[in-house]
Amino acid sequence: MNSAVIVFPGSNRDRDMIEAIEKISGRAPLTIWYADTEIPAVDLIVIPGGFSYGDYLRSGAIAARTPIMPAISERAAAGVPVLGICNGFQILCEAGLLPGVLMRNASLRFVCREVHLCVETSNSVFTKLYHPGEVIR
Amino acid sequence: MERVAVKAIVTVTLKSGVLDPQGKAIEGALASLGFSGVDSVRQGKIFEIEVQESDPGRASAALSAMAEKLLANTVIENYRIELVPGKDIA
Repeated sequence: MNSAVIVFPGSNRDRDMIEAIEKISGRAPLTIWYADTEIPAVDLIVIPGGFSYGDYLRSGAIAARTPIMPAISERAAAGVPVLGICNGFQILCEAGLLPGVLMRNASLRFVCREVHLCVETSNSVFTKLYHPGEVIR
Repeated sequence: MERVAVKAIVTVTLKSGVLDPQGKAIEGALASLGFSGVDSVRQGKIFEIEVQESDPGRASAALSAMAEKLLANTVIENYRIELVPGKDIA
């Protein structure tokens, strides 16, 4: 599997991502800098976590408008899976590749607890080994 | 030819009904400082922008595009543009 990890100024989980992908797939992913405008042919694009642009304006807002993003949108439209983790997920929302918007926690407290996830669909490259309705933790 | 800059103030606020925990925290802090009668606080953002553009219409259009594309997330935020007239740059 060929993959690409996109790196923005302020990304800080890119090295874990590169290591994880290499361990799982046996191939080191390409590292693509946000100022590039092209992505070589890959089977997976990953936007790692961190604090792109220091969370300025809104988390992910500035990264979502950098030169690499049109290439990511184009690949996503062509069916290439794009995985965004943490700040990467925020970037995908800000870029309009995912619907909706992330909001601040309603409580004024820091929240750190285990949450359970319900699998809504297994018709996705990320959940195909699960069953719909399955609860994972 | 003299270059004219238009100064604008773009105000971005959360749409009504969108929960604003920061505003709530400030509201609580004001109450704890003894300011009574504060019904509610909503927090927003202000951008002061200078644009090299002599035509107010074109400046307005450019600022709207900036607000739509970057300054505001129009899913949850509104924006307002005010042009501050007459600022000449020699």
